[in-house]
Amino acid sequence: MTPLLQIRNVTKKYGGLTANNDISFDVSENEILSVIGPNGAGKSTLFKMISSFVPTTSGEVLFGGERISNLKPHVVARKGVVRTFQETTIFKSMTVRESVIVAQHLRAKASLGGYFWGSKAAKDDVVSFGKYADELLEFLGMSEISDELASNLPQGNLRALGVAIGLATGPKVLLLDEPFAGMNHDETMRMVELVRSVRDARGVTVLLVEHDMPAVMTISDRIVVLNFGEKIAEGTPSEIQNNEKVIEAYLGSADDEIGM
Amino acid sequence: MKNLTSKQLVGVGLFLFAVFVAVPVLIRITGRWDFYFTLTSVALLAIASAGVWLTFYIGRINIGQGAFALIGAYVSAILVVKGGVSFWISLPAAGLFAALVAILIGLPILRLRGVYFAMITLVLTQVVTLTALALPITNGAKGISSIPLPSGISIFGVPIIPDFAAMENTKLAFYYAACILMILTYAALYRLVNSRLGHLCRSMQQNEELASSIGVNISYIRIVIFAISSFFGGIGGAMFGSIAQSVYPSSFQVADSVNFMLNCFLGGLGYVFGPMLGTLVLYFGWDLLFELGKYQLLVYSLILIAVIRFLPNGLLSLRLGKGGPK
Ligand SMILES: Nc1ncnc2c1ncn2[C@@H]1O[C@H](COP(=O)(O)OP(=O)(O)OP(=O)(O)O)[C@@H](O)[C@H]1O
Ligand SMILES: [Mg+2]
Repeated sequence: MTPLLQIRNVTKKYGGLTANNDISFDVSENEILSVIGPNGAGKSTLFKMISSFVPTTSGEVLFGGERISNLKPHVVARKGVVRTFQETTIFKSMTVRESVIVAQHLRAKASLGGYFWGSKAAKDDVVSFGKYADELLEFLGMSEISDELASNLPQGNLRALGVAIGLATGPKVLLLDEPFAGMNHDETMRMVELVRSVRDARGVTVLLVEHDMPAVMTISDRIVVLNFGEKIAEGTPSEIQNNEKVIEAYLGSADDEIGM
Repeated sequence: MKNLTSKQLVGVGLFLFAVFVAVPVLIRITGRWDFYFTLTSVALLAIASAGVWLTFYIGRINIGQGAFALIGAYVSAILVVKGGVSFWISLPAAGLFAALVAILIGLPILRLRGVYFAMITLVLTQVVTLTALALPITNGAKGISSIPLPSGISIFGVPIIPDFAAMENTKLAFYYAACILMILTYAALYRLVNSRLGHLCRSMQQNEELASSIGVNISYIRIVIFAISSFFGGIGGAMFGSIAQSVYPSSFQVADSVNFMLNCFLGGLGYVFGPMLGTLVLYFGWDLLFELGKYQLLVYSLILIAVIRFLPNGLLSLRLGKGGPK
């Protein structure tokens, strides 16, 4: 069986700076794979190339055997590969529920014209979007804040909103860029459980960038480690924890510890 | 999406009554027949302003609506005068042609944001004026004059629209036609904003990156919106030309484009009916200050600045308060 996602010799250069150098690895269906590495290692850049937010300098990304790199972000999202953002990225004048409703537009059965004239299919869509939004928010434990304006949410909820928006699109692969940032330990552990159940209950394959090592070690099936744009290791959490190159990379940088 | 509330229905009813009954009656009583022309102009300018408002809705400042109004006016005039086409056919054709031009221009420029997009649109009106001066079909500086009044339309012998030339009171006929067009425009705008296309526009306006991450084809929607916006401009311009029975390269100028934009600011960018109110207030405000002579522009500008400074969400925010209906 071919892997769901294949990253093939992907390189990204910004002028003289090589943000990603010849990165290759596979992701199989239903896997939770984390990409870790010190600040500036090129993790977000890799995610942006997988979701076609930035073009690759060379190399390609295949999804189900089909190239998805160097396209447009919305095209890749339509195929089912959806990213969230490291920086706070929200629809600030929408409520949580409105955001989750608008994010479902890929599931629409009616055309834009159908919505304008109020066709039967459009009315059905509106009902089903609302229902699914409530269901999803309930699942994510966000029902209480569903009518809250996105711009009024505290940091921890903003991350969850990002995940909710990504999930609402009905993705096959979800790329989460630091979904636990700004969360305390309890919130993080709750999110870890949620991400797991997203995979288990919804069959979503998850790629994740995170600095929170305990969380990464708990949640990941496999881990890919980047350092200065190079892939230095790949393996299960225990393999990674005992990998000398990884330990060296992390000891070499001041603010990160891989220890558990 | 949601149906109108009963309060909104009453509002719409009152508005229709005022436009179609109260105004004509008042004009008859007071004998101020010139008001027909004024109000007809307001209605048509409000149609063009509705288009500008729509481009604001995708986060673009459009100071080029005069260009599309001018294009619409010329297309209609040429079709009617040189092609012998009925005005009522030329009207949608004018809108569609303006939309087509918008698609061609929009493809390269809609990628620009903020001030860059605004600056390019600011030039458009002048470009269309110069083109009209240069082309043979537009008759250069002489323009197109003596455009015949709209002819009647009947389907299977049933008159749908009467022949304007055969009417005693063409002013009233144009007033009604302009108001009906305006109401159709705003009804369409309201529907659009409250349908999925409107939601997608809002998502783009608030965050283009996030919108494309959820699969919104932002460049496509931008083009669609800019085309619809320019369609409104073309329709408004065509009707204007028909009332004036003439079109010149200077019929719509950069100042008009700026006014279309100001109408939106003044009425309120958050409200579908903002540009309609803005157009009315701005048009009458300018006339009311006529007495001030050479200080007219100065006082007018100061008042505008004050309104935009103290009512950043427009005049409608006064009545509807925060988070009023979209
Ligand atoms: N648009 C860009 N132009 C130029 N350089 C960039 C650009 N985006 C990223 N870089 C550079 O590429 C390198 C990798 O950045 P990237 O954001 O992928 O790192 P990261 O691993 O996600 O880091 P962090 O953990 O801090 O989020 C950095 O040196 C960064 O400065
Ligand atoms: Mg990053």
